[in-house]
Amino acid sequence: MTADPLLSVRSLSVDFWSYGRRSQVLRDVSLDVPAHRHVALVGEPGCGKSVTMRAIMGILAAPPARIASGAILFDGRDLLRLSAREREALRGTAMAMVFQDPMTSLNPVFTIGDQMGAILRYADRRLGRARSRGARLARVHEVLTQVRMPDPERIARSFPIMLSGGMRQRVLIAMALLSEPRLLIADEPGAALDVTTQAQILKLLRDLVDDRGLALLMITHNLGVVREAADDVYVMYAGSVVEHGATAELFARPRHPYTRALLDCVPKLSGGATFRGIDGSLPDYSAPPPGCRFAPRCPLAISACSRPPEARRVSADHYAACWRLEDAA
Amino acid sequence: MSAAVAGESAPRISTAYQNWRRFSRNPTAVIGSAIVVIVLAAALLAPLIAPYPDHVGAVVNFRARHLPPSARYWFGTDNVGRDIFTRVLFGYRISLLLAAVVLGAAVPLGATLGLIAGYFGGWAEIVIMRLTDVALAIPPLVMALAVTAVLTPNLVHAMLAIAALWWTWHTRLIFSITRTLRTQEFVEAARTLGASPFHILFRELLPNCASAILVKTSLDFGFVILIGAALSYLGLGVQPPTPDLGTMVANGADFLPDRWWESLLPGAAILFVALGFNLLGDGLRDLFDVESVR
Amino acid sequence: MEFLYFLIRRALWSALVLIGLSIVIFTIARVMPGDPARLAMGPRASQEQVDDLRRKMGLDRPLVEQYQHFIAGLSRGDLGLSFLTKRPVNDDIAETFAATFELVLSTITLAFLVGIPLGVVAAANKDGWIDNLVRLIAIFGAVTPSFLLALLLQVFAGYVLHVLPTTGRFSPDAPIPHSVTGLLTIDTLIAGNFAGFADAFKHLLLPSLALSAATVGQIARITRSSMIDVAKQDYIEAARAFGVPGRVRMFKYMLRPAFVPPLTILGLEFASLLGNAFVVELVFSWPGMASYGVRSILQKDLNAVMGVVMISGLFFVLVNLTIDVLVGVVDPRVRIRGERA
Repeated sequence: MTADPLLSVRSLSVDFWSYGRRSQVLRDVSLDVPAHRHVALVGEPGCGKSVTMRAIMGILAAPPARIASGAILFDGRDLLRLSAREREALRGTAMAMVFQDPMTSLNPVFTIGDQMGAILRYADRRLGRARSRGARLARVHEVLTQVRMPDPERIARSFPIMLSGGMRQRVLIAMALLSEPRLLIADEPGAALDVTTQAQILKLLRDLVDDRGLALLMITHNLGVVREAADDVYVMYAGSVVEHGATAELFARPRHPYTRALLDCVPKLSGGATFRGIDGSLPDYSAPPPGCRFAPRCPLAISACSRPPEARRVSADHYAACWRLEDAA
Repeated sequence: MSAAVAGESAPRISTAYQNWRRFSRNPTAVIGSAIVVIVLAAALLAPLIAPYPDHVGAVVNFRARHLPPSARYWFGTDNVGRDIFTRVLFGYRISLLLAAVVLGAAVPLGATLGLIAGYFGGWAEIVIMRLTDVALAIPPLVMALAVTAVLTPNLVHAMLAIAALWWTWHTRLIFSITRTLRTQEFVEAARTLGASPFHILFRELLPNCASAILVKTSLDFGFVILIGAALSYLGLGVQPPTPDLGTMVANGADFLPDRWWESLLPGAAILFVALGFNLLGDGLRDLFDVESVR
Repeated sequence: MEFLYFLIRRALWSALVLIGLSIVIFTIARVMPGDPARLAMGPRASQEQVDDLRRKMGLDRPLVEQYQHFIAGLSRGDLGLSFLTKRPVNDDIAETFAATFELVLSTITLAFLVGIPLGVVAAANKDGWIDNLVRLIAIFGAVTPSFLLALLLQVFAGYVLHVLPTTGRFSPDAPIPHSVTGLLTIDTLIAGNFAGFADAFKHLLLPSLALSAATVGQIARITRSSMIDVAKQDYIEAARAFGVPGRVRMFKYMLRPAFVPPLTILGLEFASLLGNAFVVELVFSWPGMASYGVRSILQKDLNAVMGVVMISGLFFVLVNLTIDVLVGVVDPRVRIRGERA
């Protein structure tokens, strides 16, 4: 990787304020998403991946949430220093999001064409581009073709309720592609669909990354999907990134105790019938442990773990935040 | 986005106490309850606290006619010299009695029919719900008018007429709740354990409807009182000389706007009690977080 | 296609309701204690006169036959003869229905014109002072007896301020055009008769206000909660993530789906609205069907009573059907699935 990555989150910390109490929901999260790469952000529900995603897109609910520190660099500019207007100019144009639930993410009372046309219209306005209605519709058909929808004209005239789940998910992706974004953030793509359809969606995303040079950040809790589809993976636990690296390398040689425990949890065909979980539960974000947040549950925890571990290098493209990397081998 | 909760749970507080605290923090609920309590007290204690208890009957006091509100007659006097405050107090008795009887009949009937229709489905559901549809198409006031006109106008017939239509609202409400509950597992569990339908209806399903019933009944008290007042305004409810709020408004209307107290104060009294029950019902609805009740 | 089936089903439902209604009202009118003929003639008429009337009205036939006659008449559109005026009830009602229709229509219009914006504003200002104000308005609208409100309006606007007329539909000296629709406000507009329109409108205003009070509040509240529900939906957040501006989100994306509950509520509430119309018409001496109905009731003119109830029922059923169609227009899910969500 020679050039700076398209998206670079640097030491992002986010707090949630509720009834006067502060929950440190994200602490020191850093991740990079370069162009032409499919990066996965994986973790249990409640680990902060949604918050990270929303912070990047700029749709965090600002009163309860507060960005405590850090930077989000997109194409060299720190998004957190931009005005609301400037951020809105980027949303839906340079960076776009593919929502998780195709059943609820489309407005039921408008046609697909209406909704996509409206998005395009406002995106154009922000980019200072003028397009006639006919040209907009043409573009809508064009992206629908890009996501491999048969008969795009009919789809554009349809209401969401007339389409299947898989088709709706493609529509969501198409919506994101309307203004030729450079960064795509996909929230649990295909999670609400059956496995076969999900595989098709993932292939579609892969092709978009490869053919169009998109930078794709995928948020998921599904390790199988990560292994199959992603180039790089970031593992999150309780608001921090505990390990990250190239997928193949990380899965082959997990170093952080949490990652290893996580991978152990996944039942393997060869491993017999034992089901293992991880003892303990997520920390209380309003009174988190000082230092490593996994320490209370970690079999390798020592007194040094009360200091926040830094991301230490395991090999090129593989980093883990643990004081006991060497012992975890 | 939820902050994860630590492994240990907070110390347990009883639900009743929690409910009470939330209830007492809700201004509408508190105001509503206060009003209802005041009205109830006024009605119950009327014979004791009314300044001129004999003005309830066929008393005529021509020298004190049409007197404005004063220290002697708090709400003034009407066209035959009766103390309006006293009559309002006794009028509350009639209104509350009417509402209590109507709802006392309509709510159990409506709830039972709703339970049956919702749980058994099939023919029971079709028959009961079609009947409900027909009843809902009739304006309650019109029905009450028709019935009291055909029979003689008096309190009992008015109550009968309103109750004859009112049960339908509760049937509808309980029906929709029961229909969703019927598919849940605790019902199936009870069935497999051999519980009789009676038990399932009244011991399993009904308690789940309790909060909705409570909210709706509170709101209904106000609405029934309003309909009763409209009926007597038209002359078809309680007959004179028994004091009734609606009748007082009608009688006093002739003397507007100069002798406003004769009509507007009883009217305000009606508004007051309806407001109380409405706020109480609203407060209960917020408390139980019941969305489906109107 | 599904939508058509849906409408047909609703039409059948309507027919069923009307039939049920006819049975109920017929039972009340004939089966209840009391002799209808005697009731109509009053206690002072001679037995001969009463018997005469009874024969003329067919009241001495068996009940089932009477009911069949009633239904046959209904399907022809004939509501029988008024005991009192001896004219067909049809004519009496036809004269008065337009007035009631005009009042109800203007009330509904007012309720929506005022209620929906109030609800939207309250939702946007959630828990703020506007929200609480709207809530207050809604509560007072619901708890104020309609006759009291009517009286108050009459007194203040009419007697005290002398701003608006307090009774009737029009002034004796105002130019009234031919009736095209029977709705004075529409007719005068069509005829270009602006003086007449102003007059009719002034007369319509107070009764509509009095009648709409309860409904405005309800519509505002249901719009408010509906908007809040829609605002929480994923597709609204998605629209935001795609950069659709806030105002567009609110007025186009949220209002459309949120519009359905207020419509449905109106359908349910319409019966109450008609009931309140009775009282309001009386206070304002509005020459509508409601006051005709009340008079008939007070004078025990049973055929007229039945006629009024049946027409009210018909009105209710038609309004609900219209609402079903409107809901189908607004929400494609209803159109396509063929059922109310």
